[in-house]
Amino acid sequence: MLKRTHFKPSALPYLLVAPQIIITVVFFIWPASQAVYQSLLLEDPFGLRTEFIWFENYVELFTDSIYFSTFLRTIVFSSLVAFLSLFIALILAAMADHVVRGTTVYRTLLIWPYAVAPVVAGTIWMFIFDPTLGIVSYLLHFVGYDWNHRLNGGQAMALIVLAATWKQISYNFLFFLAGMQSIPKSLIEAAAIDGAGPARRFWTIIFPLISPTTFFLMVMNIVYAFFETFGIVHAVTKGGPAKSTEILVYKVFNDGFIGLDLGGSAAQSVILMILVIALTIIQFKYIERKVEY
Amino acid sequence: MIEKRPMVSWFSHAVLLLGIAMVAFPIWITFVGASHDAIRMTQAPLPLLPGDQFFVNLKAVFVQGVGNAKEQSVGLMMFNSLVMAMMIAVGKITISLLSAYAIVYFRFPFRMLFFWMIFITLMLPVEVRILPTFEVVANLGMLNNYWGLTVPLIASATATFMFRQVFLTVPDELLEAARIDGAGPMRFFWDILLPISRTNIAALFVILFIYGWNQYLWPLLITTDKSMYTIVMGIKQMLEAAEEAPEWHLIMMTTLLAMIPPVMVVVGMQKLFIKGLTETEK
Repeated sequence: MLKRTHFKPSALPYLLVAPQIIITVVFFIWPASQAVYQSLLLEDPFGLRTEFIWFENYVELFTDSIYFSTFLRTIVFSSLVAFLSLFIALILAAMADHVVRGTTVYRTLLIWPYAVAPVVAGTIWMFIFDPTLGIVSYLLHFVGYDWNHRLNGGQAMALIVLAATWKQISYNFLFFLAGMQSIPKSLIEAAAIDGAGPARRFWTIIFPLISPTTFFLMVMNIVYAFFETFGIVHAVTKGGPAKSTEILVYKVFNDGFIGLDLGGSAAQSVILMILVIALTIIQFKYIERKVEY
Repeated sequence: MIEKRPMVSWFSHAVLLLGIAMVAFPIWITFVGASHDAIRMTQAPLPLLPGDQFFVNLKAVFVQGVGNAKEQSVGLMMFNSLVMAMMIAVGKITISLLSAYAIVYFRFPFRMLFFWMIFITLMLPVEVRILPTFEVVANLGMLNNYWGLTVPLIASATATFMFRQVFLTVPDELLEAARIDGAGPMRFFWDILLPISRTNIAALFVILFIYGWNQYLWPLLITTDKSMYTIVMGIKQMLEAAEEAPEWHLIMMTTLLAMIPPVMVVVGMQKLFIKGLTETEK
């Protein structure tokens, strides 16, 4: 942690950490503690009257069937996004690892959606699936399938899952490919000499060896689907129709900024913070395990 | 390749090409949409091949502007995005370099406390503390300016950790040698540590530039003044302004312009990008 040779105590290190610490306190720690405090209050939207009500906001949330279904919906949404994008990325990475020529070209052509903002990805997919004009919905219409994500909740969910997955494939692909390319070639060659075909080698050698990467990516994908997909939901469906695509982050924003239920929104923020903390701890435990590995 | 199996190779190439087609399809549609005129974009089925209006639309979004009253020029929005992305990237790198340097190279009271305070920010993404952070920024009078857009986002645990990791691998002999030659702490930092960490700084810059450019929720809250809109949120405003009859040809042009800079950065600096991604996330 500290260098064996280091500088003598002086005021300098305090000056060096000051900018980071000031920003951390003012924009992170203070607002977070405010969120915790506000979650124990009942405030009217204009801030005229405030009442300290202990954990009532939380009790209200936990007994609220709408909040519960939002929670379930978020879990379904993030599992779908995580599973689909990991699955597709794993197949593509295995193929890119297998081919001799062109790995870098394929990589270049597959990684750039990482750079596309979620809200931009959402806009494009919304255009493709536009009920009256969109290209895919036009084709679906020919097959006899009526697509209108503005009215059909299941279709709206499918659309945001699609947009979120599309954007995440490149990230997963990069990590999978890096993991596969770090496996010593001699292992694969030995298996090939013993007569194992490509599929067998993948399942018995490559897949088990990249399992730390897979686990790491699972955590990262869940974090992504929980928090970073806000832009997609906000641009494409606004949580609708009839709240069928309202995920937790969107609900915090909606209840706080649009509904002005400050206490309830703060309580939801605190619950999300606890979730992030749990996910971070899981991720760090994994890193320790990986070092032993 | 270990053995010669033409079938397996062909199959791999076919799957990869299919994957690329899947990834590229939306972008093709965006490009095609940006190259037709307004009338063509209201007739189903929409075209699958580009038209000849690309530069007309390009001129339209830059010169006439977009949105209801056509007063928002995409040029200004892109400039705002650029300023925001640069300020976030440079700001994060600067304060993280300084604090990592202090934590690794100095022994001082509360060193570990500071370290844990920085660590905590990892667990507090903007999305979970939007309301109270918004209040702080509003109270500080930082709404609708570049400071409000960037400063609350520039504290960074991941960047600090990365530089800490880099500094820990720097041999101790370097500092000893520098001291013998009479270099003070800041001299050592500027003349030795910074040049050593050059590649890491560049790699991190690539990642942070994309992160900054793609910010959405935060600018959405902080800016109400149209002259402060960033391009990523500008698209959303365009969608909203024309809920009934979206001007898809202009929206698609703006979308294309919004993704070109970060995509260029990823494709053009691929090595640095991959290095930055794998180093900061682990």
